Amino acid sequence: MAKMAKPRKAKRTKSAAKKLSKRAAVVSAMEEEEEEELTLGDENIISASEDEGASDDERKHIKLLEAISCLGGKKRKKLTERSEASTQVSEFSVNAEGEGEKVKLSDLLGKMEKTPKNLNKTKKQLKDLEKKSDTLELPLSRQEKEKIQREVAYVKTSTEVSRWESVVTQNRNAEQLVFPLIQEPSGPKRIEQVVSGWKAQTPLEQEIFSLLHCNLQPTHDPVLTPVEEASLKAMSLEEAKIRRAELQKARALQSYYEAKAKRERKIKSKKYHKVQSKAKRKEFLKKFEDLCKTDPQAALEEFKKMELLRMEERMSLKHQNSGKWAKSKVIMGKYDLVARKAMQEQLEMNKDLTQKLVVPSEDEEQEQEEPKALPDFVNDPEPVGDPANPWMRGQLSAEALGPEVSHEVERPTEQFPERKEEEEEEEPENEEEALLREFEQKRRLRQSEDKGFEPVVSEEQEDPVDEAENREAEEELSEKGEKDDEDGLAEFKNLFNRLVEPVILETGEEQGDEGLEEGLVRIHSLDDTELLANDHEASLVEPVPSDTSNMEASACPPSKNSKKVKVIDPSEVLTKQAKVIKVPHAPMMVEDEEDLDEQTTIIKEAFAGDDVVSDFLKDKRKLEEDSMPKVVDLTLPGWGEWGGVGLKPSRFKRRKFRIKPAPLPPRKDQKLPAVIISEKRNAALAAHQVCQLPFPFTKPEQFERTICSPVGNTWNTHNVMRKLTAPKVVTQMGAIIEPIAKDDFIKDKNPSKPQPNLQLTKDSSLAKTAPPGHKRRKK
Amino acid sequence: MAAAEETAFGRTHVEEKKKIPRRYWATTAEQKDGEGKNGALQKEDSTKKIREAWWKKKLEKKKKKKAKKSVLEKKDPFPGQAPIPVERVKKFVRGDVDKVTSGVQGKLKKILKRSQAVSTLAQEQAARHDLLLPEDAGFLEGDEDEDTCTIAQDDIADAVDITSGAKYFNLNLSQFGPYRLDYSRAGRHLLLGGRRGHVSCIEWQSKALISEINVMEAVNDVKWLHNEAMFAVAQKKWLYVYDSKGVELHCIRKFNDVLRMEFLPYHFLLATASSSGFLQYLDVSVGKEVTAIGTKMGRLGVMTQNPHNAVIHLGHPNGTVSLWSPNQKEALVKMLCHRGAVRSLTVDKTGMYMVTSGLDRKLKVYDLRAFKPLQSYFLPAGAACLSLSQRGLLCASMGDVVQVYRDVWGTSVKKPYMAHRVRGAVAGLAFCPFEDVLGVGHAEGFTSMIVPGAGEANFDGMALNPYASLRQRQEWEVKTLLEKVQPDLIGLDPSMLGTVDRATWQQKHQERVQALGFDPLAHEKFKPRRRKKGRSSSGAVEKRKRKVAHEDQRDVIRHTVAANLSKEQERKKRSKAKLKAGVERCALKRFQK
Repeated sequence: MAKMAKPRKAKRTKSAAKKLSKRAAVVSAMEEEEEEELTLGDENIISASEDEGASDDERKHIKLLEAISCLGGKKRKKLTERSEASTQVSEFSVNAEGEGEKVKLSDLLGKMEKTPKNLNKTKKQLKDLEKKSDTLELPLSRQEKEKIQREVAYVKTSTEVSRWESVVTQNRNAEQLVFPLIQEPSGPKRIEQVVSGWKAQTPLEQEIFSLLHCNLQPTHDPVLTPVEEASLKAMSLEEAKIRRAELQKARALQSYYEAKAKRERKIKSKKYHKVQSKAKRKEFLKKFEDLCKTDPQAALEEFKKMELLRMEERMSLKHQNSGKWAKSKVIMGKYDLVARKAMQEQLEMNKDLTQKLVVPSEDEEQEQEEPKALPDFVNDPEPVGDPANPWMRGQLSAEALGPEVSHEVERPTEQFPERKEEEEEEEPENEEEALLREFEQKRRLRQSEDKGFEPVVSEEQEDPVDEAENREAEEELSEKGEKDDEDGLAEFKNLFNRLVEPVILETGEEQGDEGLEEGLVRIHSLDDTELLANDHEASLVEPVPSDTSNMEASACPPSKNSKKVKVIDPSEVLTKQAKVIKVPHAPMMVEDEEDLDEQTTIIKEAFAGDDVVSDFLKDKRKLEEDSMPKVVDLTLPGWGEWGGVGLKPSRFKRRKFRIKPAPLPPRKDQKLPAVIISEKRNAALAAHQVCQLPFPFTKPEQFERTICSPVGNTWNTHNVMRKLTAPKVVTQMGAIIEPIAKDDFIKDKNPSKPQPNLQLTKDSSLAKTAPPGHKRRKK
Repeated sequence: MAAAEETAFGRTHVEEKKKIPRRYWATTAEQKDGEGKNGALQKEDSTKKIREAWWKKKLEKKKKKKAKKSVLEKKDPFPGQAPIPVERVKKFVRGDVDKVTSGVQGKLKKILKRSQAVSTLAQEQAARHDLLLPEDAGFLEGDEDEDTCTIAQDDIADAVDITSGAKYFNLNLSQFGPYRLDYSRAGRHLLLGGRRGHVSCIEWQSKALISEINVMEAVNDVKWLHNEAMFAVAQKKWLYVYDSKGVELHCIRKFNDVLRMEFLPYHFLLATASSSGFLQYLDVSVGKEVTAIGTKMGRLGVMTQNPHNAVIHLGHPNGTVSLWSPNQKEALVKMLCHRGAVRSLTVDKTGMYMVTSGLDRKLKVYDLRAFKPLQSYFLPAGAACLSLSQRGLLCASMGDVVQVYRDVWGTSVKKPYMAHRVRGAVAGLAFCPFEDVLGVGHAEGFTSMIVPGAGEANFDGMALNPYASLRQRQEWEVKTLLEKVQPDLIGLDPSMLGTVDRATWQQKHQERVQALGFDPLAHEKFKPRRRKKGRSSSGAVEKRKRKVAHEDQRDVIRHTVAANLSKEQERKKRSKAKLKAGVERCALKRFQK
């Protein structure tokens, strides 16, 4: 058998190999175009050479003879010989020089000398090809080619598609699918997410955008603008401190001045005001003159201001006796000297104002001068932009000081408005008092620095690891010892850490204690849970139902309670029975064996006529018999059985034609003598029952199991009910549900080449190198 | 640009502090370029961003799960949810799973697992929310050497608070004979029906009389319908329906000589038992008779329902108790309970136990799951009326004495829990739902007794709310009507609906044949076509028949041959494999060539 099988196998393998080679050829044709071109070229060349080779035998012979003749003498120049008639005759063909020689394939590669390695290789290949005298195979028929192509395409596409499998199965198995599949992350979005698709369209928007751009206002993470950052960099700590002190002083001065001004304004005496204004005017003029000498620029500005006032005065009719008051004064002026005076004063004022060199009026002057006492920025409103950064409040060029310092500065600014109000309410004080207060404030500030920092720092230092890091950093800092302030800060930090550590430790201990205490109550085993249940019951009985009572309950033995609740203890009952029972009404007895006889006699007396039990048993037997399947007797009388009395079909025949039905399953009431249970099926209910198992289920129990837990809210808590009735697919209203994108779900973007293709290429290479004899023999 | 965005999005929550905050100006210039080049691509970009963010979120979640918590982090001393006592969970167990899931694979396994997970969750949650039912049932405890049954009702009424004490009262109605009674399902209303025609509705807690009529006829039984708005009265001849004001709504002539009635609340069925031996079902929601079953058991004076499965239990003079559903013309079960006639019977709330009393002066407790007697007591007087409370207290009346027993089916009880003597012979007994009250209707009127521990302390406000407002009652009526259960579903096992119909194919087929009137799958006999021109001679017809027969036979043969062949081949293969294996095993095989 084995021997016989061998050749057959070989044949099969050959044919398989051939097939493979064919396929391989096609595949290779598909896969590698370059190679294909090359091989096609080779084939052409080979065929050409073969055609030539067949006709040149004679010429070869002649050449050989010539060569032999040349052997003896010197190398003579070979005479070109015209052997072929055609070359002479033909007008169209052109004669090449080395026509007689056979052209080698490798000669064609003469121009490719630049790449010597490849050249050698290809030369070798070509030589191999030349050696092959085998005929070329017929190209595959179109159908076969297409078949193979289809196969390859199938493999390709199947690999492509199979990459989706996990996604598909996942989606299929998902309890709920929410479309669109990729949801935008909930919560606050970054500005650029919102803005990315949106473009400023209206001129207002564009303006705002351009403004933001030119200020380099950060759209997200708006801590500091670059300008601010630069300004922060420009200032050191010392400078900042000095600046702060300046600011403080300025503010104090301002408030003081304000108070003073307010007080003065409230003075009703006209004389006082007149004197004041005169003095001021004089002073002002004096100053102006001084200014003209010292600082002509400032003087010029001042002058400009005055000029502006003058212009305004000239434009208005304020002091020209055209107002209501002035008109009344004109009428009164005839008789009243005071009124006339006032009128004149007015006119004089007008004159003064409209003159080239004017003195500003009392009120206006005050308004003007007030701001002068302070630098402008003090009164500027705080920019709303960033409340967190105190440095943004004054338009100072300040340096970054780190968070602590910034907080330091924050405090006083917070306190300021209050103080202002206080001062407004208070009576004006003299300078000494103001100074005193200033000092006090400084002291307070320092205190607040000492105290108020704890929460800030504690926020930063959450865990000891960070602390350690901080300490290291501080050490480094101290080593460097660059600035006193920094050192001070480090010291302060150290101090603080020392303060904080014990607190942390304490809290940790507390926690540990708590854990231990709670650990005692923890439940580990089933018994414990039972205990807990008992506790629960106990707590229910107790007037105070609370979780804390659980612990106390667990301390006391729980078994008492649980047993008390249970059924009556027979032994107890028995002992009680021994005592006299004081049942006020008709007593009751439990049936005993001894009493049975009496009872039966009584019953027998009572129901002598009807025997209930036997009737019932009879009924039951009858029912059973009715329900039993009946034997069908199909015997017919045959020969010798037709006529006569008392003739019966033979026993053999009767047995043969009696059909015994299959016995029914045992009745439900088989072992219950006093019960008849109907065996009828409930056909009405069957209409509502599931009579065929749905697809994946193989056993009815499995299906029953899945539908046995109720769904409605009568039997479930609300949350569970909602979970049970959750829809399989949820779609967002108005959202576009796009097909699944490949990039989102298939992670590897450049998969390795599919395996089957590689195999095929291997096969093709095998086919190429296969010995030539094979195929021919087969054909 | 995309890369920059990626990094921006890649920032995690935690890392944010440590990193130097990125500034928008780092990207603005590039962004501008991007805007200039391809404004159309922006949208794509945004969606891409979202997708990337989504992916990252997913990955982060995974990472977070994996990430170990630092040692010094404060640990939750009680991780996870609070444990639930096993006992409480057991209360809500539904079905057994482990049997089913063993040896199952693939999709089915997934489905089973999921369903199991959901059911366990439901179970757990239900057990958790059981905490919200904190009320405990009351009980009566005597002093040492004092029997609880000796404690008089007056003493109890004095001892308890005023409102509870007011629940013990007597109605002296001596004129219109022994009273039947019925409490509404919520327990607020009481319906009294005197033998001599007196019918009255009372809101018994406030003792407000809603209506009072005399039907001028003998009244056999009274019953509330689904709510307090209507009640049915079984009068001498017909069955009547009145509303709570006492206005006669219907006289149902189809139901005559009714002796006892039961209302099945979930099915909206009024079951009546008549003296002529008919058990009839009236669908109250549509007013139609569902079925009328002739029991052929004589006068049906004893009747009760099984609240668990809505099966009607009838007691008969021959000592049997029969169980009925409207779907079957014969009794589902017949059990011989007493030597004498059955006087009274009652079934407990869970449908597990039935208590019967007979003329043989016995009180028997049956397990309805196995139809086996559990306990048998002998009462010297024999119980005329029986009733079971929601908590399983049994009350039995012997003449004018009412006795209450506790836990009749657990252990054999030797003495009553409570006892009380009323003025006249007891005709009707009923425990008030959700109250520790027993109503006794007797010849001299009505007595309301206090029985501590009788009623269910925790009522389900969604199902039956004693304190429901008018609006709630209306809503409830609509809801229950919508959830009405069809009478088809009444059977011994109410969970049968959840089972697959495993009837054999034959049985199903028989039903189908019955319904269709013919057998759709019956094999048709070949009938040769009648041909003309003498070709339908008997010989030719026979030939044709033969042909068909042969063809059929051949088919059969072909099938069998094919089957045999395949079998043979398989056998050969197996033997070959065996042989091969045997050869390989041979030690000398290596020397063979």
